[in-house]
Amino acid sequence: MRFVLRRAGFFLLTLWAAVTLNFFLPRMMPGNPAIAMMAKFRGRLSGQALVALETIFGVNTHESLLAQYVHYLGDIFSGNFGTSLFFFPSPVSQVVRSAIFWTLGLVGITTILAFLLGTGVGIVAAWRRGGLLDSVAPPVLVITSAIPYFWVGMMFIMIFGLKLHWLPWSGGADIAATPGWNGAYLGNVLQHAVLPGLALLITTIGTWVLTMRNNMVTTLAEDYVRMARAKGLPGRRIMLDYAARNAILPNLTGFAMSLGFVVGGAILIEYVFNYPGVGYMLLQAVQNEDYPLMQALFLLITVAVLVAILLADIATAVFDPRTRTAR
Amino acid sequence: MAATTVTVQAGHSAAGQAARRIWRAVRRNRKAAAGGVLLLLFCLLALFPGVIAHDNPAAEIYPKNLGPSSAHLLGTTGLGQDMFAQAVWGTRQVLIIAFGAGLAATAIAAIVGVTAAYLGGAWDGVLNLFTDVLLVIPLFPLLIVIAAYVHSSGTPVLITVLALTGWSYTARQLRSQALSLRGRDFLEAARVRGERALYIITVEILPTMISLLLAAFLTNALYAILFASSLQFIGLGDPNATSWGTMLYWAQNNEALQAGYYLQAIVPGACIAVLGTAFALLNYAFDEIGNPALRPVRKIRSKRVQSASA
Repeated sequence: MRFVLRRAGFFLLTLWAAVTLNFFLPRMMPGNPAIAMMAKFRGRLSGQALVALETIFGVNTHESLLAQYVHYLGDIFSGNFGTSLFFFPSPVSQVVRSAIFWTLGLVGITTILAFLLGTGVGIVAAWRRGGLLDSVAPPVLVITSAIPYFWVGMMFIMIFGLKLHWLPWSGGADIAATPGWNGAYLGNVLQHAVLPGLALLITTIGTWVLTMRNNMVTTLAEDYVRMARAKGLPGRRIMLDYAARNAILPNLTGFAMSLGFVVGGAILIEYVFNYPGVGYMLLQAVQNEDYPLMQALFLLITVAVLVAILLADIATAVFDPRTRTAR
Repeated sequence: MAATTVTVQAGHSAAGQAARRIWRAVRRNRKAAAGGVLLLLFCLLALFPGVIAHDNPAAEIYPKNLGPSSAHLLGTTGLGQDMFAQAVWGTRQVLIIAFGAGLAATAIAAIVGVTAAYLGGAWDGVLNLFTDVLLVIPLFPLLIVIAAYVHSSGTPVLITVLALTGWSYTARQLRSQALSLRGRDFLEAARVRGERALYIITVEILPTMISLLLAAFLTNALYAILFASSLQFIGLGDPNATSWGTMLYWAQNNEALQAGYYLQAIVPGACIAVLGTAFALLNYAFDEIGNPALRPVRKIRSKRVQSASA
């Protein structure tokens, strides 16, 4: 219980840090970008949007910095993120809601697939130590982890989209297709998800393979594995029930965290494939200088990570009694 | 006074020994050798780009979007610059960012992590909490938000931002290593001599952690390369700089892929990938050197293990 309370405290502290960053960053910037923005948008902004901008940059206000800050905190915790400048007059929360499903679908499923596949490969590679998989996989995966993942996406677009015309490479679905829960539309969505999903899978799977392999190598040297061998248990049983089951524990926390990173983790893949998710929207907000939308998306991405970490902590406390007694 | 000089020399020779040991291990490891040679080549390119690329990389003086030819080995860009010259001269900026941000982030990580471990108590609690908070805030979105406020950040700004945001992961590693050193006799001796904390941390603790500091630097440098290129790619860097990320930005902006000018997207990305690989190989090799269990096993031995397990 104490452990969970401490972690909940950490959750609140980090959330506060992120909100505070959001508040102070625009105010700390040299040369006051607000003035330039105001000049640029003059005449095109209605009163409400102008107020939104003024609030973010803290200009034309008679409040003290502290009062502005308290005001801002109150707004955030009552769920009021202001009005989007670009999608005016939609409130930011509504704009964000339309994007999040696309991201959860594409990046969420890819993250789960990468974890399952990568862990499997890691287990087998460590079990057949010195085999083909074990000697080929690590160096190849070290290289794929160093390649910028958006560039892999660009190469996929070039080869499979533009040269071979196998798959669509832009957007979440055909513009002409009518959205709905029917086979035709879902198939279309699936087709559009293949290339970005594959690009993401290839560049993220390496971490899982390497960490799982390294955990397995350590676990396979344990006494209880030797004991299982001495008992003459079948190899498959030792590999899965004795070694892998324990080796996967440290990776589960990592997996829970990576589920949190789903929301903001594939920004550039979405950008390259024009995929209408949260990351694409964040970059659009940046390009349109839509600061209220940008701030809200950054907070959303951070909160997703924090919630995932909190859940992972609680799960560890439930499953691993050692954490409950530690300190 | 005499005692101090002796310990300084002892510290130096310990560091020297560690450095020699690392050097020997690196020479024996194939991954480290490959990564080291690649990195050295890139360093030479960055120092003397003019030797093999005679064109001015920034000059927009040629016909646009030319294919490869003997005059333009990799063709020209959508702005009419020589691509080969761009790629070669671009090495310099990437390496400056990699080394600048990598070294700065590692320095911050070492100061925060080792200080926390050495001082312990409330200091450790505060510094550790600070590190943890920074660790879980999603880095790339944060970088995007900062860069969006800064507007077209040049090299010094990029280095500063990357260093200030990217040190937390390695700080944790360095802290746990320093924690394991805490009870050692040589530190106790220094404390009894009455040395100040700053002296003990910089002269006694840090030199014994050289291999971990190197690994931390490699990690930070690789992240700096990837993040800087990503920021430049989405147009948050300086659009006039000669760098690989900026080349990708212009390729994307001019829709080079759709128009069939594939080289404009392939070349800069491949450069980033190869340089990143050099750092990643070195880093992986350091893991193997530090943890012998992870080293590749010889065929003969593995067969025996397998037959024993079957």
